[in-house]
This record gives sequence, structure tokens and C-alpha cells, in this order.
Amino acid sequence: MALAERLLQGDKRAAARLISMAENHDPEAVEILKSLYQRTGRAHVIGITGPPGAGKSTLTDKLAKAIRARGKTVGIIAVDPTSPFTGGSILGDRVRMNDLSTDPGVFIRSMGTRGHLGGLSKATQAAVKVLDIYGADYIFIETVGVGQSEVDIAKNADTTLMVMVPGLGDDIQAIKAGIMEIGDVFAVNKADRDGAKRTATEIEMMLDFNKTDWRPPVQMVIAVDNKGVEELLGHIMDHMTHMKETGKLEKKRVLNSKLEIIDLIQENLMRMILDKSSKEDLINNLATEVAARKADPYTAAEMVLKEIK
Amino acid sequence: MFDKEKLGQIKESAEAFQAKHQKSIEKRPERKQTFETGSGAEVNVLYTPADIPEFDYMEDLGMPGSYPYTRGVQTNMYRGRFWTMRMYAGFATAEESNKRYKYLIEQGSMGLSVAFDLPTQIGYDSDHALAEGEVGKVGVAIDSLADMEILFDGIPLDKVSTSMTINAPASVLLAMYIAVAEKQGVSSDQLRGTIQNDILKEYIARGTYIFPTEPSMRLITNIFEYCSKHVPQWNTISISGYHIREAGSTAAQEVGFTLADGIAYVDAAIKAGLDVDVFAPRLSFFFNAHNDILEEVAKYRAARRLWARIMKERFGAKDPKSMALKFHTQTGGSTLTAQQPENNIVRVAIQTLAAVLGGTQSLHTNSKDEALALPTEDSVRVALRTQQIVAYESGAADTVDPLAGSYYIEAKTNQIEKEAMEYIKKIDEIGGAPKAIDAGYIQQEIMDAAYNYQKDIEAGKRIIVGMNKFQIKEEAPKGLLKVDPSVGELQKNKLAELRAKRDNALVQSKLEALKAACSTDANLMPFILDAVRAYATLGEICGVMREVFGEYQQSVQL
Amino acid sequence: MDRPIRVLVAKPGLDGHDRGAKVIARALRDAGMEVIYTGLRQTPEQIVNATIQEDVDVVAMSILSGAHNTLLPKVVELLKAEKADDVLVIGGGVIPDDDIPFLKEKGIAEIFTPGTPTSVTIDFIRANIKRK
Repeated sequence: MALAERLLQGDKRAAARLISMAENHDPEAVEILKSLYQRTGRAHVIGITGPPGAGKSTLTDKLAKAIRARGKTVGIIAVDPTSPFTGGSILGDRVRMNDLSTDPGVFIRSMGTRGHLGGLSKATQAAVKVLDIYGADYIFIETVGVGQSEVDIAKNADTTLMVMVPGLGDDIQAIKAGIMEIGDVFAVNKADRDGAKRTATEIEMMLDFNKTDWRPPVQMVIAVDNKGVEELLGHIMDHMTHMKETGKLEKKRVLNSKLEIIDLIQENLMRMILDKSSKEDLINNLATEVAARKADPYTAAEMVLKEIK
Repeated sequence: MFDKEKLGQIKESAEAFQAKHQKSIEKRPERKQTFETGSGAEVNVLYTPADIPEFDYMEDLGMPGSYPYTRGVQTNMYRGRFWTMRMYAGFATAEESNKRYKYLIEQGSMGLSVAFDLPTQIGYDSDHALAEGEVGKVGVAIDSLADMEILFDGIPLDKVSTSMTINAPASVLLAMYIAVAEKQGVSSDQLRGTIQNDILKEYIARGTYIFPTEPSMRLITNIFEYCSKHVPQWNTISISGYHIREAGSTAAQEVGFTLADGIAYVDAAIKAGLDVDVFAPRLSFFFNAHNDILEEVAKYRAARRLWARIMKERFGAKDPKSMALKFHTQTGGSTLTAQQPENNIVRVAIQTLAAVLGGTQSLHTNSKDEALALPTEDSVRVALRTQQIVAYESGAADTVDPLAGSYYIEAKTNQIEKEAMEYIKKIDEIGGAPKAIDAGYIQQEIMDAAYNYQKDIEAGKRIIVGMNKFQIKEEAPKGLLKVDPSVGELQKNKLAELRAKRDNALVQSKLEALKAACSTDANLMPFILDAVRAYATLGEICGVMREVFGEYQQSVQL
Repeated sequence: MDRPIRVLVAKPGLDGHDRGAKVIARALRDAGMEVIYTGLRQTPEQIVNATIQEDVDVVAMSILSGAHNTLLPKVVELLKAEKADDVLVIGGGVIPDDDIPFLKEKGIAEIFTPGTPTSVTIDFIRANIKRK
């Protein structure tokens, strides 16, 4: 049976294989996703991000269990960094989700960032589509909130959950500049630790600058003890309701679709350019000349672009 | 120790020697660029008083049996009696293990050391789904008091000292031991022995944890308190560096992380309202013995001195017994090779010598076949004989701390103490051992050391005889011990029988009482003991506690 | 092959000695592979589910508890039942030579006993993965 059909019938091996194919830039994956795109858009996609050690995996595990208790199904995409030196990675998020691994209503997939420019968001978005078609009602994308591409992924979700922990001190100042504003819901994990209240207060103060009609709630949780998780899930659901009722969901999805199209154009263009310029040699040669001040970069770029016209 | 003028002369002379040495190696290079200990610390060509310029005999060493105990915890050490030759054993059923214990006692073993199977160590009965394939494999399966009665059948508990390698459910197994003694007519104040009871190193390195940190620490302090009143001769904890080292740590990390765990236990007990001098004399330690004999001797000495200082200065202990670090040693399992296993006998002999020269209180020697399977009776006998040869024939046991005063040993002792103290400081900054474990700091440090070690072996920088040098073509070894796979069925049947026979209403009421007590501040030992006496199973007792306490979540650092 | 090899490193059974598993995980990572690490006390069912969801090329199991004859074949059986038999299954740990023929007969491709250099395992994986 064809992969697409198997996926439609809820075959988990088909789902898993299709994600791999998308990750490996297999053109067949694109064809399948084209043919099944109509079937996506059902799931509530939740991006979870925050600093390393914030307890994101444990929290994802507990949120997934709470959703399962409501009879809904869950997909989890856990993204970890790939070593830029060896191209390898150790993806360890499943360690904290062991009870979920035999639950037929849960599908967990670990992904390495693999260092490709922009390719990460393409691969994770493909994985989201696959899990959506596969039948997941809720899809979590968990990324470490350190790199821009990881942050972008979380931002592309319907709801973005920022997980913070006490004891980051000045880090919160640094983080807030770059990524704090993307949070739709905030969780202060390890809330039994010293400084949890202060962390929550700092987030609230920052949110005071937010003038939109959705004030992101800040929820104290202790993920390991499953405390505050129900409430947190409630906030996530409320956010979705708000997005739907105000028509923002549609707008956000239009915007995200636009970004995705632009991403794909960029990627295809780049590939065309690289192919046409005969495996980068043209660019490499030009680069040598530019560096030696024998040519300038502006003219060089124009020369490359001419190749694909 | 050295007067200034003399020291200056020595320094000068040592520097001149170094210059000469440098010159000579330019002509004739040495075997290696740098020489390293088993733990990867650099070793110099020569040690002189210039390497221990601050050395102060009374301050740094003192006399054996007195502060800071660097030279040993007893005045005459092994001239009084040898260390306890304690062979860790246990497999299959209680009946089988009972036979092995009687054999070991006959062969001159002086104390029992009980190995439990993994389901027992993790608080599951033999009929639990997760016990499938594990029953009786790495130790004896104990499901209830009935098994414990068989395990010690014919062994008078007022005469032997028994060490039990049990951690997460230590309270339950100790209760069973007390209950067996009751049946033999032996009161609990006559019992001598040790439970490992060290949960922190389970989180760090050994992995047989059950409950989260907080209730686990409570169970431990409950045991401290209970034993101080009812089982006063019992060593209530064996704070273990052994497994930390097995997981790949260096010698200094072994000391640093183990003593940091020790500090956490002392803190917890003091916080629970216990007086430091009431429980601290019953604390004991457990270290590894690796092949780098000089580094290992220095390690034991450094551990003793550092702990004495911590107890005195940090915790204000007054009783000298609170400051004296007593320890059990096991030879290093990870140093054994599956290749040419006879060579392991030699490794174990070197390690035995290290432990004895380092002043251990008891010793388990590994058998040559342990990289392959559980040891056979014959190989266990050779391992025990190794200790006896060191004891009776080597002369190492006839004078106290014979390596003291060696410039290398003293410099190395200082260095390990210093490095260990740095680890303890770092852990204090994180907020103590439990938090450092939670943050994965300790695991990460150990893993880095383990990975470096492996890379050194594969690069041929570190030679393991028979493994990456001097290999031979060899046949698969014959005659390894096999645990009868029917043990699982046997235990299951015994359990079914027990559950049919016992007073189930009584069991239920005792379990409910325990469950209720879990949610209060009460000492849980009496409740556990009551449940044990009613023949509640280990799995049932731990199950009740699991319900209230939840389970520990591993923190993985890769 | 221009994609990283994906390997699931799992510890079946109840023993907590994960030094070997972690060392091999690091070595595989440094060899450019994507390692999915699952932690301690994995049941065969958990291992097989993770294998399928992660679509790995290799399942590498480390076991020192002595329960290998029960647990490793169980994993292969369950993989077969899920029609996921294009996965290379290997094992490591304290496993007596006597047991190895039995395990191989049950579908475990290779057993790496103590002292095996990580490079041997890496080469074996590269040479034997079933999906290219």
C-alpha cells in the first residue's frame, strides 16, 4: 500500500517514515504532502520553548498526559541541537516521556537541528503536517529557546508556551529582549524554588507593556509533581478559543502560510542558484576574486543571478 | 616539618635535577610524553620534600586512631584483627544463597554481604511485569519475610555481621532482618551489619532508585533515628563512591562526590532534629579500589582527612567517632577484562593491596569471571584467598599506614584532598548534592571522565593488558555460573502460596496504617516493621509508598 | 548516504549501569549519527514503540542485568509483529559467550561484550544497516 494511504489509515510506521523522508529532503515526501495538504489544519499546534534546563520535556510529558485524560490524541516533536562539528546529536527528550511511549494516542518524534539553514523549520513543519494528517488533536513542538531558528519554530505555532525557571537572574533580561514577546502563555516551572515569585513578577512587569487584547497568563507549575499543569493546559485552551473567537487564528495562519511560502521560495531559489552555478564553483570562484578585491560583491551577485534568469 | 634553610637547598637541588632530567629526555625520550595516574592526573618524574613544603606531621597526619585520621581509624589497625573479609554474594533463591553463605563462612569469610536481585532493589515482587527475566539474576530474590527467614536459616544473627546492598527499599529489608532476628530470639540491639541506604549515588550512578529525593531522604533519616534507639550497632548507611567510580569518575571525583553526598545526609539528619554525635558514628563509607595502587592509597588517606575536617569544622561534631571515616572497599569491577580473565586475579591482588595499605575496614574482592557473568564458587574462593594471602603473607598488614611519609604519597594525598574539596565547594554553590544531581552537574562530570577514559583506551594512550595490547586468540571461557531460569516461576509460586496462606485482612490494615503514616511526619520504620511481620510483601509495602511519594525522574546528562 | 544514521540507544531491564550506554551514545554522536537516548528501565514494548516512532536504522541495547535472553529476543519479536524488521538490532553488556549463538538465532545481529572498542560498533553499524 502506498505511504499516503497508510498514513491516512493511521499507520504509525508510515507517519514515522514520512517524517524521515521530509527531514532528508526526499522529493517524494513533498509530493505526498501536496496530495494530503487538504487534511491538515485540524490540530492545535503548541510551540514550547525556553532556556535549557527549564524542564520543557517534563512539562510536555505532563501536558500530554492531561490531554490524554481528556480523551484527545497528542503528537510531540522534540527538537535538540545537532553538533556543528560532527553532524551528530544525542536526542534525550524521550527520557522524560517514557510513560507516553506505549500510549497508542501519543506519537513522539525527536529531531536534530542538523545545521541546515532554514531547513529546520521546513522539516518540523512537514512533521507537524504528517502528525496532523495522522490524527493528532494536539501537536507540541518543543525547542530550546537559544537560536533564532528554534524560536521561529515555536513562533509558527498556534499557541506559544514560554517556560521559565527561577534562578536565571539577569538572563531573563537578555532573553526578554529577543524572545519573550513571542509567548502567548507563560509557565514558571520549579515554582517551589527560591525566587519563583520574583521570576513571575518580572514576567508580569514585562507583560505590562503588552497592549493587545490577549494578556498572556503566567502560571506557576511544578512539572515533576504535576502541579499547576491542569491550569496551564486551561490557559493554552483559552488562548486557542480567544484566537478563534477574535478571528486571529485565521490571520495568524494566513501570515504563517505566507511565511512558509516565502521560505519555500527562498529555499528553492537558493537550490536553483546553487545547482546552476555548477555546484557552488561559480560562487566560490567569485568569492576568491571579491576577497582579492578583483571584483566587488554586488557585481558578483548580479552575475550569479543572471545564471538563473 | 622541614626547616626553611634545608627546604631551600632541597628545592634548588630538585630544580637542578629537573634541568638535568629535561636534558636527558631530549636525547633519550621517555616512554611517554606525559605520565598519568589511573585517573589521568599528571605524575612527575620525582617527588621530594619540595612537593610538600607545607607538610606538618601533626596537623596533616597525626597518629592512627586520632584526628584527622589520615593514618587510619584504629590505633593498631590490622595488628589487632584483619579487616573483615566480606564477600558479596547472592543469587537465585533464598535457599541457594543460604547455601553459598554457609560455604563462605566455612571458608573463613568473616561477614556476610547480601546481593539482592534487581526487582528486590527496585521494590517489585517477583511476579511484577517488570521483573520478567530479572528474578534471581544479579542477586537473591526477596519478596517477603518468608524468603528472608530461609536466607538466614541456620545462621545465628547475633554472631555474624551482615552487609546488605540495598538502597531505595533499605528500610523494608532492614525491617525484615530485624523480624528474622526476633524469630531467632535475637534482640535488635545485638544486630551488627550495614545497609547501603545511599540513595543519592543511585540517582548519580547506580540507577536503582524508587522515590523522589525528598521522601527518600526522609526514609534515610527515619532509619538513622530508629537505629540510634533500637539497633545501635548497625551501620545505617554506606555512603558509596564505589559506583561513582565504576561509572567512570576519577579518584578525586570519587572522594569529592561521595563526601558531598555524605554532607547532604548529615544536613538532612540535623534538619530532622537529630544530634550529629548520635548518628554520625554509625555512618560508613564504601570506596572502590583500582589498579593505580599509589593513587588509591592516597585517595583513602585524603578521604579520611577531609571527612574528619568536615565533621569537626563544618558540623561541629564533638565525638571523635563522628570524625573517623570507616570504609568498606570493593575491588574495581570495571577494571576487569573479559579477555584473558585469569589476568583479573592479578589485578584484584594489586587492588587488594591498595585497599589494605589504604586502611580499609572491610573488603570484597571481585572474582576473575565477573566481566563475563556472576562468579562461580571456585573463582570466589580464589578471590577470598587473595585477601588471605595479602593478610597472612605480604606483611602489609603488620604495621600501620606503611606508605606514610613517602613524598609522592603525601603530595598525592594533598592533591586529591584539594581537588575533592573543590568539587564539594562547587556542589555547595549549586545548593548541595541533591540539587547538583538534579541539575545533572555530577553526572556530567563523571560522564566526561568516563568518555575521556574510553577514548584514551581506543587511542592506545592507555594500555589494558590483554584488551588493547598483548591480545591472544582465545576460546570462550567455560563453566560460567548460570542462574536457573526457572527461579522466576519458583518465586512466583512461593508468592501465590504466601498470599493464600497469610492473614490478608491483617496485611491490608498494616499497609493502610503505613500509607496514612507516609502523609504525616511520623517515623515510618515501626509501620514498615509491622507490615513486614504480617508478611506483607516488599512490592506491596513499596507500592503503598509509591502511591504517596511518587517516583523519581531520572536526570540524564549526555 | 547523505543523511545521518539514526540509532536508538536503550537500556532494557532493571539494571542502572548506564556508563556503557552513555559512552556508546557519545561515540555514535561523534561519528555523526543521530542518537535517540531513552534512559533506564525500558520495557521491550517501550523500545519497539520508540523504534517505530523515531524511524531509526538501528536499535542498540545495553544490558548488564542478566535478563538478556528474555528481553532482547522479545524486542525482535515485537518489531517483527509491527513489520519493522528493516531495523538493525544489536546488543551490548555483560553477556556470556555461551548465550550469543542463541541471541543471534533470535535475530540480534551482533553482541558487543565488555572491552569492545566503540569504533568496532560504529563500523559494524555502518556496514550493516539495512536501509541505505
